[in-house]
Amino acid sequence: MGLFTEAFLTSLVVGAVAAGIPLLLAGLGEQLSEKAGVLNIGLEGMMLVGAYCGFLASFLTGSPALGFLAGAGGGAVVAAIMAILCVRLGLNQIVIGIALTLGAEGMTSLLHYVQFSKTYPRLDAVETTAIPLLSQLPVLGDAFFNRPPVVYFALIMVGVMIYLYRSTHLGAALQAAGDKPAALDAAGVDVIATRSFAVLGAGLFAGLGGAFMAIVGAGIFVPFMTHGNGFIGIVLAMLARGKPLWVLFGALLFGASLSMTTALQVAGVDIPTDIIQMLPFAMVMLVLVLAGRKASLPLALGSSYVRGAR
Amino acid sequence: MSVEDISVADATDRARVDRLRAAIHMILITVGPVIAALALGGLILIALNVNPLEYYAYTLRRGLFSPTGLQATLTRMGPLLLIAASLIVAFRAGIWNLGGDGQFLLGAVIVAASAPLMTAFMPVWLVLALCMVMGAALGALWSVVPALLRAYHGVNEIITTLMMSFLGVSLANVLVKLAFLDPSTTTPQTRTLPVDDRLPRLFGTTTSSGLIIGLVTIIIVHLMMTRTAFGLKLRVVGANAKAAVHAGLHVPLLTVAVFAISAALTGLAGAVDILGTQGNVRADWNPAYSLMVVPLVFLARFNGFGTIAFVFLFSVLSIGGESAARKLGVPNYFSLVVVAILLIVFGLTEYLEQRRQTIARK
Repeated sequence: MGLFTEAFLTSLVVGAVAAGIPLLLAGLGEQLSEKAGVLNIGLEGMMLVGAYCGFLASFLTGSPALGFLAGAGGGAVVAAIMAILCVRLGLNQIVIGIALTLGAEGMTSLLHYVQFSKTYPRLDAVETTAIPLLSQLPVLGDAFFNRPPVVYFALIMVGVMIYLYRSTHLGAALQAAGDKPAALDAAGVDVIATRSFAVLGAGLFAGLGGAFMAIVGAGIFVPFMTHGNGFIGIVLAMLARGKPLWVLFGALLFGASLSMTTALQVAGVDIPTDIIQMLPFAMVMLVLVLAGRKASLPLALGSSYVRGAR
Repeated sequence: MSVEDISVADATDRARVDRLRAAIHMILITVGPVIAALALGGLILIALNVNPLEYYAYTLRRGLFSPTGLQATLTRMGPLLLIAASLIVAFRAGIWNLGGDGQFLLGAVIVAASAPLMTAFMPVWLVLALCMVMGAALGALWSVVPALLRAYHGVNEIITTLMMSFLGVSLANVLVKLAFLDPSTTTPQTRTLPVDDRLPRLFGTTTSSGLIIGLVTIIIVHLMMTRTAFGLKLRVVGANAKAAVHAGLHVPLLTVAVFAISAALTGLAGAVDILGTQGNVRADWNPAYSLMVVPLVFLARFNGFGTIAFVFLFSVLSIGGESAARKLGVPNYFSLVVVAILLIVFGLTEYLEQRRQTIARK
């Protein structure tokens, strides 16, 4: 088949990584939060706020690095609301998650309307840092090793999370907060603090993922621009069964289907964008149908912890 | 005052006072969050340099106190009530059907594509009836995969219904642009159902009889969930699925039934919106009603009659807000923010309410 030329493969893998990094970050964040027992439906909203804050900071200062910081911070602010309402006060995680996503959609769109709806400013392309030798590899070189530093940071975070879960006290505490919070409490560790940490971490990751979409991916902020990426991140966390490496593989898989448009255009195939837009979601459903029953979630996921209550 | 001193008259008096207090309390915890959300929304308006009093007054004037506005408000209630009924069935049974937008749009598109063609072959009443069945059926069909995954594999339905919703919205667009395009116009849209062939209007006004369909449906759903054995079974599943298994209920089958009913009602909402109001579907049209209705159903504590009141209020704000958007330059995104605040304030009210009850019990 003439489709699988090197140009096609290269653009597919390049696109898969570009589209996969936000999914990876969102998935790692959701995994952290779910591990500690908090189902974070607000992830989409955290990404969107991250995208807006990231764009704004990057636009005002001209520095992508500050943009990424602001994006992660924006996501964490939304997460802090979630931590207060759902972890500390024990409100329904799903209701608040929906509220945060709707609120983030509304607020970022309003702010964008007031500030940028007449000008639609664009950001300059982010400079890449090529890693010597590795970036010369065929197909994979440009995709993985000739990228802005934030991509390397996201990939390194996979390793960091593996280490965190496997080899640290905090990792064990997170696991316990999700599976048997009462036991963690009895062991003298603050369940509320552990879960709040996890939710804030999820906000940082999701915000950074959103900022990536705005600063590196699109170079612009438009309302609703995260378009379901947060929800795909939640699916990734569900399917990865607590393993960060699986989130990475899943993110690249779904990233590939997201980036199919460009790759197919390079190959000269003309398919309407509406059909292309369905691909990642169809892929998610297909994976869920095939592997859905294997998705494992922490026992206490979704239920708030009240000390002394049964 | 000793116990013996309390006469019968005192006791009935006290019962009456207690009842009154309970009623006032109920009103406070349902209306309170609405007022709080509107007030917080007002702060955002101030930040946008819009006078909130002017905005809300204009919204009320256009959505409630003008004849055309009120008729538009009542017409909009039809689809919204059907969506609310859909959510009541699902939420009472413990199922999070959040895929309403996809179900709604697919129901709308199939109806918009078929109705104008069908009128050539059959009487209008039959077209309307068949179209509503089609819309409901397609809505239900779109929930089959999430339903089976949830019922037999325990896969979280929040995610699957949302994914199917994204898919459904895109598919609806594909269908409008590629399959059901009106050949007689360059605008990408389906054929238009002539106004005479739409759902009849009520009493010489412009209000669509979709309102009646919505009202009847939500009352039937309310009675079904509260007064029938089937409704009780669904509520048992919703309250505690494990206990329901021990009670001998066929939980997977009931779960699939809940999905089917809920999604069919949302598909019907799409059909009614087309047959009553829109007449066609334009490319990229997506009113995204379904998540907006979620807080209304929660505020009414899944009570059908309470929901009618909240849907009315929301319709006023939504119709009036659309006029205000043009007049005062506040984009419709503002209503998203108000709905979000409403959900959070509702959550906080529930929290305070529970704490009050725990303290009272001690």
